[in-house]
Amino acid sequence: MSGLFDLLVAGLATGAIYALVAVGFTLLWQTSQTINFAQGEFVMLPAFLMLAAMHAGAPFWLAIVLGMLLSMILLGLAFKMLLVDPMMRHGVLPLAIATMALAIGIKEAVKQFFSAEASPFPSIVPTGDISILGHAVSLQSIGVLVVAILAVLGLTTLLNRTSLGHQMQAAAQNPTVARIIGVPVERMILLTFLINAFLVALASLLITPIYLAKFSSGEVLGQAAFIAAIVGGFNQVRGAIAGGLLIGVLDNLAAAYVSTQYRAAVPLIFLIAVILFRPQGLLGRAEERTV
Amino acid sequence: MSGFGKPLKIALGLLVIAGLIVVPMNFNRYGLFILSQWAVMTIAAMGLNLTLGYAGQVSLAQGAFVGIGAYAAAIMTTHGWPLPAAILVAIVLSFAVGWVLGYPALRVQHHYLAFVTLAFSTLAFLVFRNESWLTGGIYGISNIPRPHFFGIPTNKPLPFYYVCLGSLAIVSLAVWWLIRSPWGRAFMALRENPLRAQSLGIDTRRYTLMAFAIGSALGGVAGALYAPLTQYIDPVPFNLSLSLDLLMMVIVGGAGFYFGPFLGAMIAVLLPEWLRFTEGYYLMLYAVAVMLLLIWSPTGILGILDRYLAARRTKAASALRAVAKSRLEAAQ
Repeated sequence: MSGLFDLLVAGLATGAIYALVAVGFTLLWQTSQTINFAQGEFVMLPAFLMLAAMHAGAPFWLAIVLGMLLSMILLGLAFKMLLVDPMMRHGVLPLAIATMALAIGIKEAVKQFFSAEASPFPSIVPTGDISILGHAVSLQSIGVLVVAILAVLGLTTLLNRTSLGHQMQAAAQNPTVARIIGVPVERMILLTFLINAFLVALASLLITPIYLAKFSSGEVLGQAAFIAAIVGGFNQVRGAIAGGLLIGVLDNLAAAYVSTQYRAAVPLIFLIAVILFRPQGLLGRAEERTV
Repeated sequence: MSGFGKPLKIALGLLVIAGLIVVPMNFNRYGLFILSQWAVMTIAAMGLNLTLGYAGQVSLAQGAFVGIGAYAAAIMTTHGWPLPAAILVAIVLSFAVGWVLGYPALRVQHHYLAFVTLAFSTLAFLVFRNESWLTGGIYGISNIPRPHFFGIPTNKPLPFYYVCLGSLAIVSLAVWWLIRSPWGRAFMALRENPLRAQSLGIDTRRYTLMAFAIGSALGGVAGALYAPLTQYIDPVPFNLSLSLDLLMMVIVGGAGFYFGPFLGAMIAVLLPEWLRFTEGYYLMLYAVAVMLLLIWSPTGILGILDRYLAARRTKAASALRAVAKSRLEAAQ
């Protein structure tokens, strides 16, 4: 049974990273109806920004700080002001298409300006194994889990316990009323974009040591986060967290017990089943229909 | 498009058709391949335009239907069947699968529908890749023959380009007829206001499934032409990015405009080729161009033209009104 235990821990670790990305995804959807098809590329890019800083001679910790800041400027501020703001009022679809184009652009830019090859990336957690309940568990998995859980706890505290968080939720749920009672809705939307940028940069920092930095690695990640967000509930932060963990575990179990060829199919079939029988997601609330 | 005079429109159309027939005659092999690819992608995009632009059902699975059509044609023609038979099978198969895929559309709408079709698209890719007994797996199917029509072989690039162009013409006429038929009007009613459409006695259930099935069938046609065009297929071209590309073509050209897919496919297939002189930068420039276009006009290229013509009509109408008003005042 040690196999199952290892699979579960590894699955939870990847799942926690998916959850970070999925939470960002649902935040953007809630506040600005942005379906970000470039979310996977958003996770891929910060690792390269950090690598670039290290190539320029910065120590690892400084590279992380610079990478995070640059990500928040590029993927938060610039993304919102240059692409989302001009297109928001035109409905969901044109903006979604524009983010698809953005995904191609980011991928090609990394390929052209950095490298088409996979680059190794240093880990913030020391490698090695520790023993838990008689099982050898990699420190990396534990480290990823701890960092991701802390980030998620921090975010939920921010959203549920602080005035700022309440304002953000109000701006997301009913912008008109929020504006009337004096919530600076525009600033709150910008804040969610910055939080999303922070979350993807954090996810990048956690996942790149495991899967290497490669221009095309965003495709798989983006789709996993996407599925996690929908399975958990597109309009709930806690749904996205549960969805991320679930998809991570499911993916790892499917690889071991179903077939390596069809491992990717298991989360997809699960996704279709969830949409058909519980479209609001496992933990989501039903969206009111406009018609 | 009613801003132009009708004779002018017909003349312009004939000119474009004549150009498409005559100009490529001295193109090289690669130029003809790109142009044939444009014709094939236009057919697929027209199908998606029916589903999305006219009936308002978001689909991220058109690439999967191109794949289904391509594999059907590849498997049949390498086993000695003629291409028209393979196209027919591709149509029937894509229509049936599209019909089934339409069922989720009865339950969920908009972005949820996009996600279901996205999942389907990836599942189809997995089947193409893993069922090697049928599809050849990652090694794909090679030596796909090109057909003979009326005893003329189409092995050379130019004759096969005419096969693609001819198919595009047939599909264009069929779609032109369809959107002007009661069906087309039912599709548009479905897009504009499904509830009202239903209250007017339109069987929205049937038409939603129809919109999916017909759009998918055109994807199958495109695939069945794609296989003999490249003469070799493997699963890679039919992954999710093809579906996203096709969606981009429809939106960039102008969803819900008849000529939208022609322009959209032109930009997606030809623009990267024209930008090739920039070497590694061409896809980046393409992505930036698409984003700028969508920021400027979210309804695509034809949306710009449409707005311009509407503005001109309003201007002309207000000028007429001003003249009429001054006449009235002079008469009083």
